[in-house]
Amino acid sequence: MSAKQGHEHGKYKYGMVINLDRCTGCGTCTVACAAENNLSVIKDESDKERTISWMQMYKVTNGKPFPDTEVCYFPRPCMHCHNHTPCVSVCPPTATKIDYNNGIVSQIYTRCIGCRYCQAACPYHARYFNWWDGHFPKGTERYLSPEVSVRMRGVVEKCSFCHHRLMRAKTQAYAEGRRELEDGEYITACTEACPAEAIAFGDLNDPESKVSQLIKSPYAFRLLERLGTEPKVYYLSSKDWVRRLADNYHPNEFKPL
Amino acid sequence: MDSALFPEGVKRCSPKVFLLWSLPWLALLAWGGLSAFLCLWKGLNQTNMSNIFAFALWIVFDLAVIALGAGAFFTGFLTYVIGRKELKSIINAAVIIGFICYSGAVAMLGIDIGQPIRGWFIFWHANVHSMLTEVSFCITCYLMVLAIEYIPIVLENRQLDKVREFHLFGHNLHHVMGVFAATGTFLSFFHQGSLGGMFGVMYARPFAARWDFYVWPTTFFLFVFSAIAAGPCFTILCTKLTEALSRKKLVPDDAIQFLAKLSAWLLSGYLVLKIIDTLVWAGTIVPDSGLGFMDFYKEGPYGVWMVVAEIGIFGIIPAVILMIPRARQNQGWLITACLMNCTGIVLNRFVFIILSLAIPVMPFDRFWSYLPTWQEWGIALAMMGYGFLLFSASYRYLPVFPREKELNPALYG
Repeated sequence: MSAKQGHEHGKYKYGMVINLDRCTGCGTCTVACAAENNLSVIKDESDKERTISWMQMYKVTNGKPFPDTEVCYFPRPCMHCHNHTPCVSVCPPTATKIDYNNGIVSQIYTRCIGCRYCQAACPYHARYFNWWDGHFPKGTERYLSPEVSVRMRGVVEKCSFCHHRLMRAKTQAYAEGRRELEDGEYITACTEACPAEAIAFGDLNDPESKVSQLIKSPYAFRLLERLGTEPKVYYLSSKDWVRRLADNYHPNEFKPL
Repeated sequence: MDSALFPEGVKRCSPKVFLLWSLPWLALLAWGGLSAFLCLWKGLNQTNMSNIFAFALWIVFDLAVIALGAGAFFTGFLTYVIGRKELKSIINAAVIIGFICYSGAVAMLGIDIGQPIRGWFIFWHANVHSMLTEVSFCITCYLMVLAIEYIPIVLENRQLDKVREFHLFGHNLHHVMGVFAATGTFLSFFHQGSLGGMFGVMYARPFAARWDFYVWPTTFFLFVFSAIAAGPCFTILCTKLTEALSRKKLVPDDAIQFLAKLSAWLLSGYLVLKIIDTLVWAGTIVPDSGLGFMDFYKEGPYGVWMVVAEIGIFGIIPAVILMIPRARQNQGWLITACLMNCTGIVLNRFVFIILSLAIPVMPFDRFWSYLPTWQEWGIALAMMGYGFLLFSASYRYLPVFPREKELNPALYG
């Protein structure tokens, strides 16, 4: 397989940790993300293959019948893969890039030609194509964020780790004569909105940051880790069956904790 | 009425019959035209493509026709670079088929991308690491080469040839055709390969992923190999269909038999490599991904029968038929084997495109199905209509088969 060694340079490496034991599946993160990032809606939102949801909520169960049924919710933003980012390497007009100074995988909407090769290459389904012209029901256009550009029909979009918030935090820091951001100074909209405080966000390169502390947990894992994409989104779950669902395992290969 | 445009001394059907023959293909073009208009005007929501099936029917058609059109570059290579004289009787047909396949594929790609007006960004902001960039560059350049190869055939039209400048230009182009054939071979090698490479490099999709050989995944070489194995068979099929419809012999048997024999060896070689590739993939990439071979063949209708059909029924059987001299000399068996070979390559492209996307990678993800809309079928079938029309018009007005008169003494005395 061609998962080549990734770049490790760059001062910051922003990442996310989602505690699934705390997540109630309320969907606030999804809504906050949509509002913050000017996500368009389509006429038939039940057409789940073509809706746009940067923070997709997956519901999983342990597969056991009642009364042993257990449910867990997997909020899934873009994984911002750090190693040989699958979508970045395939994009023909260089419309998606990874910034190794902060680890964020971004999308340049005005350069995207809509070939959708990135969607084919992403195993997480984190990329969304605009099948229709951007649509904002009457009244909602007044709530559009001026910091995020709306997308045109025919281009791909995805979670940007609220990149504009990084810009905002940097501007604030510079205005205060600082060149460094404090832990927690730049967080995503979903992190801020989660009522259960299940989402943490910060610099994975900073050993003192909250996220760096959290990923030391034996319960920490990432989605499809064995593919070698090096996602920067981590999950925490004390439940073996949940961790088992995060990757493909051969029989008897998964080691319960 | 239009007999002054026919090649010197050949017989063609009446304009009325030709018009009747053209009607169904014109109807397909009209259907495709309406579909294309809707897709460009209203967007790709006119299709059933989705965030799961980012590639669908059009890409399957594109990759299939590009593979089948490989007869053009390969026959050109054999005729002008290797110097196989007997192929001069079929090279014109191969070039026209190639031109149809490539121009149709490029037109379809223009509709398939979400922002067609930005198509040139691939060249301007080229990501040199992307296989699709390589595909775009090579296909565009090769289409130009095919156009250059097609021009002298057009200029050989009886009326155009009377214009001295056209005559000289066409004549001189013929002299340098070897250079274009070699250029076409180079370009085709890379875009056929890159089309395969596109899937092999998707390392996070274990079904498509393949390991690297130098800088290319193995699918790069398998796609080149399979295209040159099936391309000549498609050229044979088109020639035989033209012969059947015109009730004339158009190409001598030695050219057909040479291509058929070559296809047999190439297909056999390809199948050996394909089987090795599949076994090594099943023994390395699949278990490394935490999956088993059968995990890929349990979703929807895509069972292990697809492997059996692709490699066994539409691979090994045509290879065996084409390998046996007595079998390939039999018209019925030859056509059956060519049809099966072409079906096999289409199935191979279908598997790499549709199955790669249909099979979920995340354990909690679900399987999605896809059926094309009438707009998708319209554009795909319009390509066929365009192919039939252009080839029919070329046959009618251009000396596509230079030995037509010689091979039909009863008709032309």
